[in-house]
Amino acid sequence: MAESLTQSVSDPANAVDPSRRDFIHIAATAAAAGGVVAVAWPLIDQLNPAADTLALATLEYDLSKVALGQEVTISWRKQPVFIRHRTPKEIADARAADHGQLKDPETDAARVKAGKEQWLILLASCTHLGCVPTFGGGDYAGWLCPCHGSVYDTSGRIRKGPAPKNLYVPDYAFLSDTKIKIG
Amino acid sequence: MSHPSTYEPKTGIERWLDSRLPIVRFSADILSFPTPRNLNYWYTFGGILSFCLVVQIVTGIVLAMHYDPSGTGAFLSVERGIMRDVNYGWLIRGIHANGASMFFVAVYLHILRGIYYGSYKAPREVLWLLGCVIYVLMMATAFMGYVLPWGQMSFWGAKVITNLIGALPLVGKPITTLLWGGFSVDDPTLNRFFSLHYLLPFVIAAVVALHVWALHVPGNNNPTGVNVKSDTDTVAFHPYYTVKDGFAITLFMIMFAVFVFYLPDALGKADNAIPANPLVTPAHIVPEWYLLPFYAILRAIPDKLIGVLALGGSIGMLFALPWIDRSHVKSMRYRPTARMYFFIWIVAVAFLGWCGSQEPDGKLIPGLESFNLIDYPINSVTWLSRFSALYYFGYFVIVFFLGLYEKPLPVPDSLYTPVLKPSAVAAPAE
Repeated sequence: MAESLTQSVSDPANAVDPSRRDFIHIAATAAAAGGVVAVAWPLIDQLNPAADTLALATLEYDLSKVALGQEVTISWRKQPVFIRHRTPKEIADARAADHGQLKDPETDAARVKAGKEQWLILLASCTHLGCVPTFGGGDYAGWLCPCHGSVYDTSGRIRKGPAPKNLYVPDYAFLSDTKIKIG
Repeated sequence: MSHPSTYEPKTGIERWLDSRLPIVRFSADILSFPTPRNLNYWYTFGGILSFCLVVQIVTGIVLAMHYDPSGTGAFLSVERGIMRDVNYGWLIRGIHANGASMFFVAVYLHILRGIYYGSYKAPREVLWLLGCVIYVLMMATAFMGYVLPWGQMSFWGAKVITNLIGALPLVGKPITTLLWGGFSVDDPTLNRFFSLHYLLPFVIAAVVALHVWALHVPGNNNPTGVNVKSDTDTVAFHPYYTVKDGFAITLFMIMFAVFVFYLPDALGKADNAIPANPLVTPAHIVPEWYLLPFYAILRAIPDKLIGVLALGGSIGMLFALPWIDRSHVKSMRYRPTARMYFFIWIVAVAFLGWCGSQEPDGKLIPGLESFNLIDYPINSVTWLSRFSALYYFGYFVIVFFLGLYEKPLPVPDSLYTPVLKPSAVAAPAE
């Protein structure tokens, strides 16, 4: 064993065996790269929402406090949510536009719960850059975003301006006739 | 350093140190660096910018001692703690907040100087690219710093800018979540922005060191754009330009002091004196003045993704400039056509800045409400932004073709002929 080792080292052809040298280079580089990735992942993933932040995921709200034609803004996951008690005219306006030229086509019925058309629950973040739109502005009697002028109708659908999508309807369910759970 | 060292250690201690860590030689070589003799005051902004960076780091470290980076504490620690209770806190914050604006005044003049005299051309492309990197880092640092007081403009500025990144396909949303650390801009966002705002100035300082290194390899450009040909074309950096830069820094400090002591809030927004409220957006959101032209480009485009790409592209054009401009003549002194388009470009950027500060639906001329051209309301801030943005990008196309077809004026033989023998320059043109 010792003899063959001495032989291979003293043999000029084996002493500069390129495949053995390459193997060490590749193995060392691969180990280093794997180590960098293994360390980088926790350093990046720590930026993602922490467990206590994720724990705030659901919210219950009593709708009976919202009068007809009124809108309240509540905070869900630290984001504003509109709860709008729509008037019959607003519902009719929204339905009339169902087959109009929409940038992000969606019917009004798909954005509310059946039988509960008066309740419109929306994430109050403009789909352009996240500002809170104000109700009553714009040409469609819905919302106007003060930042870059996006206009939403009474169903929260984008009608004009730079926003690409309708106002997002969060997941929610009616727990009782007047109580909802968001998230 | 590219020039041969002229440092001679005189004492035994200097010789001992020089053979171990030649730091005295390094400093002496910087001071004796051969610099073109014809640099004008537009060349003092490098020194002014170094001064700005030091001011921001010193005042920033002090402010961090009194700042509380939490959603409940940030606003109070700034508006009550630093502005009212901390000894001279108002002064230190006044210098830091206005210092950001001063920094950008200087960097814009420095960049325009570089474009006018063709300082980005071979062999200074890397120098130019490093400068662009510093500029982007400055914008990131300034943005994160603006978030820290946690007022309404801080909060909504953060929301709008982080949502910009969300427009990118595939990677946009995950990156936005990483920046937020939650479902929206919130406490975790403030904490990490504070951490990064403290880090980035030191990254800037490191890139500045590379920038100065890259300057010292080819040496300074100069207003004629003509290469240095002999020792008679240069003077030592010290005392000639240390004195010139020092005088310019003094003048700059006077302007700086006027803002700090007499107009401390002139460049800020009153809405930022209201604590951040995630449920209400201010009626009119605008970024700080130095970001307005880019904001106007973003708003000029009705599509979200294209708007964001145009915003990024407007800064990307600066990076590409050394390869867009093919002209062999560096200085616009000898490129009258290019110079004209360049001045129009500055006007277009100014228009964009103004548009960025206005309401998107605003009218240019209030009396002319219904002026339409082919169904488009030309009399509006949006359309002025569009035309200006078109020229902003169009300028780079013009520069490309000018480089190929333009007839420049005769360039002087050496950088001091225009000073010593003005007739020698005019003669070949006849």
